[in-house]
Amino acid sequence: MTDAVLMLAQADFPTPMGVLTLNHYLFVSTAMFALGLIGFMTRRNLIIMFLCTELMFQAAGLALIAFGRYHLNFDGQTFVIFILTIAAAEAAMALALVVLLFRRRESLDADLWAELKG
Amino acid sequence: MRMTTITEAIISAALAQHGSSGAGEAVAAHAAGVAEHAGAALTSVDGPMWLGLIPLLPLLGVVIIAILACFNDKSKLPAWISVGLIGVSFILTLVTYLGWDGHSVIHTRLWEWIGLSWGDHPGQTLSSGFAFYFDGLSLLWMLFVTGLAALIGLYASEYMEHDLGLGYCRFFAAFCLFVFSMSCLVMGDNLLMLFLGWEGVGLCSYLLIGYFYKKKTAVDAGMKAFIVNRVGDLGLLMGMLLTFTTFGTVEYDALFTQIHAGTTASGVPLADTWQVWAIPLLLMGGAFGKSAQMFFYVWLPDAMEGPTPVSALIHAATMVTAGVYLVARMMPLYTADPNHVALTAVTWGGTITAFWAATIAMAQYDIKRIMGYSTISQLGYMFAGLGVLATTGGVFHVFTHAFFKATLFLACGAVMHGFAGQLDMRKLSGLWKIPGFQITVIAMLIGCLNLSGFPFTGGYFSKDMIIAEAFVTPDSVIWGSSWAGWLLLLTAGLTAYYTFRVFFRVFVGPVVYEPGEDLHGDAEHFHPHGPKWAINLVLTLLAVGCIASAGLYFVGGEHGWTGGMVHASSAVVETGHGKHGLLFGKNPHEIMFYISAVFGFGGILLAAWFHGPVGLAGLLIGNRTKADVVRMDPIARAIRPISTWAEHKWYVDEFYHLVLVTPLKVFAYLFSWFDKLVVDGLVNLFGGMPKVGSDVIGETTQTGVLHDYAQRMIAGVAVVLVVVVLVVF
Repeated sequence: MTDAVLMLAQADFPTPMGVLTLNHYLFVSTAMFALGLIGFMTRRNLIIMFLCTELMFQAAGLALIAFGRYHLNFDGQTFVIFILTIAAAEAAMALALVVLLFRRRESLDADLWAELKG
Repeated sequence: MRMTTITEAIISAALAQHGSSGAGEAVAAHAAGVAEHAGAALTSVDGPMWLGLIPLLPLLGVVIIAILACFNDKSKLPAWISVGLIGVSFILTLVTYLGWDGHSVIHTRLWEWIGLSWGDHPGQTLSSGFAFYFDGLSLLWMLFVTGLAALIGLYASEYMEHDLGLGYCRFFAAFCLFVFSMSCLVMGDNLLMLFLGWEGVGLCSYLLIGYFYKKKTAVDAGMKAFIVNRVGDLGLLMGMLLTFTTFGTVEYDALFTQIHAGTTASGVPLADTWQVWAIPLLLMGGAFGKSAQMFFYVWLPDAMEGPTPVSALIHAATMVTAGVYLVARMMPLYTADPNHVALTAVTWGGTITAFWAATIAMAQYDIKRIMGYSTISQLGYMFAGLGVLATTGGVFHVFTHAFFKATLFLACGAVMHGFAGQLDMRKLSGLWKIPGFQITVIAMLIGCLNLSGFPFTGGYFSKDMIIAEAFVTPDSVIWGSSWAGWLLLLTAGLTAYYTFRVFFRVFVGPVVYEPGEDLHGDAEHFHPHGPKWAINLVLTLLAVGCIASAGLYFVGGEHGWTGGMVHASSAVVETGHGKHGLLFGKNPHEIMFYISAVFGFGGILLAAWFHGPVGLAGLLIGNRTKADVVRMDPIARAIRPISTWAEHKWYVDEFYHLVLVTPLKVFAYLFSWFDKLVVDGLVNLFGGMPKVGSDVIGETTQTGVLHDYAQRMIAGVAVVLVVVVLVVF
């Protein structure tokens, strides 16, 4: 790939609100990750906590895609497709576990399970 | 046909030097004479690949018998497979012998076994093929190893029949493995192959001595054999390594060429080096270990705990002669030393052992152990023969001994088999009159006559050759060789005495018997059962073999068939040692026939006087009427300390126990405590610290609450991130 094409590809996109750069994507990604993290730390509902982990997951995916676009290769997208596949399987399993836990205690409070206390 | 010969090289070199073809013939003759000097003049012939079948067929037998054992076979099939495959090996050996031209070395290289190279200089390449070396010496050995193994396998098929099933399979698998190892030892064309076989036969010996693994004495005897042999093997291993560093090779051909040239690999004259006496002495250590000589003999009598066919094959006829083979094979190395240090040690080691073991054998009551001690004693003769440069005599004695000692052991085995394990001569008498034992008695008589050197038996000729050569070789060549000869003569008399002590007490006289400890049932109604066809057939064949072995003295060249075989091998010894010693002003070889006959007859007559029964035809001097009362008893009482000591084997085992075993045990206990207290203590201390720490920390941090764990994980990642950012940017 010639330098000219690379420069064209890495050029900033003009939008109605200004110019969209890599940093914008990374900002959104960081914000999503932070929200997920805070949500995970503050909420006690298992389903919400699970959703927060998914949010952090997707934040990482977004950053990967952004970098992939920035470097003009498909590595980032490949990763994300893998992540989506695994996330789908993992979501099915995690939700099934949550259902099982709910049936045990009739509650979704994460603090009810503290048997591993050493 | 490959013709790489030293002779040829020498001839061409000599021709080039003289530059005239007219003198060629004389030079060639001279060169041949020179080459014969070191016994390295043998031409080399490429042998066929099927020679590899000789060791590999018994190995195949091991595999088949192992598979049979998996199917829990309860038939005599393992025996027939062993006998069949070993028999084919014997036939192949015989074919090889018949096709051999009588003066060259047959080489067969199956594959490259070890090939290492770490430089271009001599001595930086170690090459060892899985290759075979057939000269007169290895052919002779292989003939009796495979032949006797097939016969003794047939004997064992009946002898071991009380153990049909897994035990039977185990026995014959080890038996076949032994034949494979012994073939590798004898046929190998380098010291590494010899070592492979050497350790292999040691392992099989251990496995078969400890065959009755529920009997503690048998297990202990196996361990003792293995451990004592380890000590000797250290010598062999060091000798091999020193051979390699000195000559840069372990292959016989290259080694003998180098020795013949008289220099080491780096060109130093051999006679000036210390290796020239150190290597043979170290190899002698290995040989003495395997052949139960000098300090190492203690394992062999205990090895009689194994089944009798094993005692006959491994601990009398074949394996214990491996040491003799090693010394005979390495004869060029032994004669390369101008001072003959190692040869003198071999002579005196053999002579003293021969005498020492004979004195113990005179006072024992267990007939199999007596045969064990006599094996040690006869091996001593063989070494003495090699030591006084009578290789032919030594090797001939190996051959005749293999037959008569196998016969003696198998006859003892037939007695043991028939009398529920009874071997005590005080509880057995008059086997001649018990139905079914006649063939056993005749075989025993032939074996005893051979062992005691009765005129015109094989043992008589071979022993005479050794003793006569001890007088022929002057004392200036081998220190005290004529004194060794006198001691060997005295030992011949003792041998005749203890051999016929067994015969006169157990095999003739009034019928007395008591069953042994393997009795199943009522001692009151015990009836001895004579051997069946397999044992009788083998005993007959071996007895015929004993008689035939004497005939070998008369066929072939000057020293009989064996002389020819030895002459076509590396064991041949130059005759230029000024060997012209006289005995009573006559040629010892001629006069020895009479002298040794006197000693032999003397021993037999003494045995007849002290132990012979009343009215034995021809020998009316005996007076024994019971099994356990003999004329010897008052004499034994009169010389009590000596007779008791001899009966207790001069307390050598007890001495070794005190001097070697006990200190080792004390050390072992000390080190065991050190290990438990200090080593384990330190490890436990360090292992305990994290546990104590985690107990303290775990109480506060391991809450079981999911959020707490997430918190700490995030904190950890944050710390790592901060560090990375600070360090990288």
